[in-house]
Amino acid sequence: MSLKLVISNLWKGYGDKTVLKDLSYVFDEKKVYVIMGPNGSGKTTFLKICALLETPDKGEVHYYNSTNKILSKDINLLRKITYVFPEVGIFNTSVFDNVAYGLKIRGFNKKEINSKVEEVLDFVGLSHKKKQNALTLSSGEAKRMGLARAMVIKPEFLFLDEPTAFVDTENTKLIERLLIQIKEQKATTIVIATHDSPFAFTVGDEILKLENGKIFEVS
Amino acid sequence: MDFLIEAFKQAFLLIVNLDKELLEIILLSLKVSLSALLLASVLGVPFGAFLGMKNFPGRSFIIIFLNTGMGLPPVVVGLFLYMLFSRSGPLGFLNLLYTPTAMVIAQFILAFPIVASISQASVRKVSPIIKLTAKTLGATPFQIALTLIKEARYGIFTGILGGLGRVMAEVGAILIVGGNIAGYTRVMTTTIALETDKGNFELALALGIILLSISFLINLLLYYIQKKEIRTNP
Repeated sequence: MSLKLVISNLWKGYGDKTVLKDLSYVFDEKKVYVIMGPNGSGKTTFLKICALLETPDKGEVHYYNSTNKILSKDINLLRKITYVFPEVGIFNTSVFDNVAYGLKIRGFNKKEINSKVEEVLDFVGLSHKKKQNALTLSSGEAKRMGLARAMVIKPEFLFLDEPTAFVDTENTKLIERLLIQIKEQKATTIVIATHDSPFAFTVGDEILKLENGKIFEVS
Repeated sequence: MDFLIEAFKQAFLLIVNLDKELLEIILLSLKVSLSALLLASVLGVPFGAFLGMKNFPGRSFIIIFLNTGMGLPPVVVGLFLYMLFSRSGPLGFLNLLYTPTAMVIAQFILAFPIVASISQASVRKVSPIIKLTAKTLGATPFQIALTLIKEARYGIFTGILGGLGRVMAEVGAILIVGGNIAGYTRVMTTTIALETDKGNFELALALGIILLSISFLINLLLYYIQKKEIRTNP
């Protein structure tokens, strides 16, 4: 089943400042959408609203299934979409347990968890760190762990907020390669908010610009 | 001076020879205090965690009430329970006065605010990003709550050990509701008070040394927990 995200006439503000103004967009293909825009333009707010982590002041956010039926915003839908924060949100436990989290709460058995986690840790190049406390990872490693933790649950929608912030060039290149490989599998719609133009143009299929509360297609 | 040295010598002999009376008193102390602590933890950790996670009217009032409870004078707790459990009191029919059960209840009342209040503060301290991360990885509200408690575990352990320190050392409440009956409700602190009164310093000193050792062990454990927390939260 393939999910489609339809955003219509979205409004959101904080105090006197309106960051999203009557914004509408449809994410309907398994590709990488990159949203760019200056600081405070509302990229994170928009991403969080899309990921159902925030509610808009006005407007509609709906996920549709392949038969064009609106899905109710319950745990079944929430388990198909995930969001990686710029700070990653590291649990105070080992790298392995961090990555295994989404599988454990979905009730996978130990054997399945082991094989899936080993596989994804190998994919992001963190197998050798699996027993280490995740809070001791470097920024780049932490970002890769966050990506692994999101990928292991095989989401249909993956939202990445500033995936290359606080990361060195080497790790940025690694993250780029990983995203390109994920993209080639065509199983996930990836929506990224970033400042990093070279990164955006390397991984993005659609480059969008968020400016004055509206979204524009750049390419 | 000589009597002090002699008292210490006798006290060490009691400990080394594992004196039967001494052992009974220590075991009862541990049984009462650990039962009270278990009860305070089973109820106090979820209650504190709930307060740490939710915002609702009256929450601040409950926290102030709990913080006041952390400094509750044990004799006041003893007095209150004595009035409840005495024959003419509203719960007199339960026949709990001068029983180990009454002592457990008294120590539970002393430990609960410490465990609940520190659990509340520890869960509150967990970064909001952790809660959102658990949510976006597909956790149900109950699984999110468990995750936050797990993240706050070092702080919660500190609260539990703080509660243990408080109940192991207190004398006022259990003296009033337990009655210090030999072989039944006599524990370390009440024995020290009684034996000092009688001038029998050997047993009092031996128990004092053991109580201090327990307190040292609790603090050692606290030190390691805090050190581990600092190491994993740079």
